[in-house]
Amino acid sequence: MKAIVNVFLKPGVLDSQGKAVHHALDSLKFDGVKDVRVGKQIILELDAADEAAGRAEVTEMCESLLANTVIEDYAIEIVS
Amino acid sequence: MKVSIIQFPGTNCEYDTRYAFEKLGAATEIVWHKETAVPADTDLVVVAGGFSYGDYLRSGAIARFSPVMKAVETYAARGGKVLGICNGFQVLTESRLLPGALKRNEHLHFISRHHHLKVAGNDNAFLNKLSKGDVVNIPIAHHDGNFYIDPDGLKALYDNDQVLLHYCDAEGSISNPNGSVDAIAGVCNASKNVFGLMPHPERAMEAILGSDDGVAMLEGFFAS
Repeated sequence: MKAIVNVFLKPGVLDSQGKAVHHALDSLKFDGVKDVRVGKQIILELDAADEAAGRAEVTEMCESLLANTVIEDYAIEIVS
Repeated sequence: MKVSIIQFPGTNCEYDTRYAFEKLGAATEIVWHKETAVPADTDLVVVAGGFSYGDYLRSGAIARFSPVMKAVETYAARGGKVLGICNGFQVLTESRLLPGALKRNEHLHFISRHHHLKVAGNDNAFLNKLSKGDVVNIPIAHHDGNFYIDPDGLKALYDNDQVLLHYCDAEGSISNPNGSVDAIAGVCNASKNVFGLMPHPERAMEAILGSDDGVAMLEGFFAS
């Protein structure tokens, strides 16, 4: 089973890297960009009995290690 | 006075930390991260600075799960004193022994220079040799020193006298190098036995190095 985890700073938290990328896009004349957030993607290959079990385990991974839930949100996509 | 200094793969400030505390008269021991106990008779655990696990994933995110950190958490829960410097501060927030989190510096640069700090909280086992409002000059060297806590958490820090230091200029006016909320450079936990700061007092022990203001800071731990 493959799980794709996307980790981003929470909406209320200043994303300095996103801002920097936004400014760079502006100077490259991409005028329509309203907002940029930069996060990270972690791709896991794991054994799991079924999707529910896999999702539960990956959730635990996110809560403990993959995301700092003080400042980050995460989203899990299971690609079976 | 016995100081145990935690060493992870990638830690690089443990020897400066040892030098600093031995200069003040303490016995020290460097403790490898795989140890499962804090050495007996330890009066202070220091989680030293550096780049544990290469700052992979997030600074301190992996180090917090090292075997020794379980022992440090138990030690802290019993009231033992713990000081986290720079990466050590990051490890302590990741392990939730300290509140908040350290983010990438606001302007995205690694900052390495002396910076002034104003003492906000001295009614504790750390900064008791300094007075509120005192300004000290201490090196900072970090990429991810931007302290963040949500508004409710920030209020609690002030209500419980948990804010230790603010970044300031030589005159004591706030001067924020990295975007930290309220220019906070260091905090402690509610029970005031766990301390964390991004600046490096162990690098300010001798005037010839640019400042010896670290002496008065670290000396506080010897007062009990």
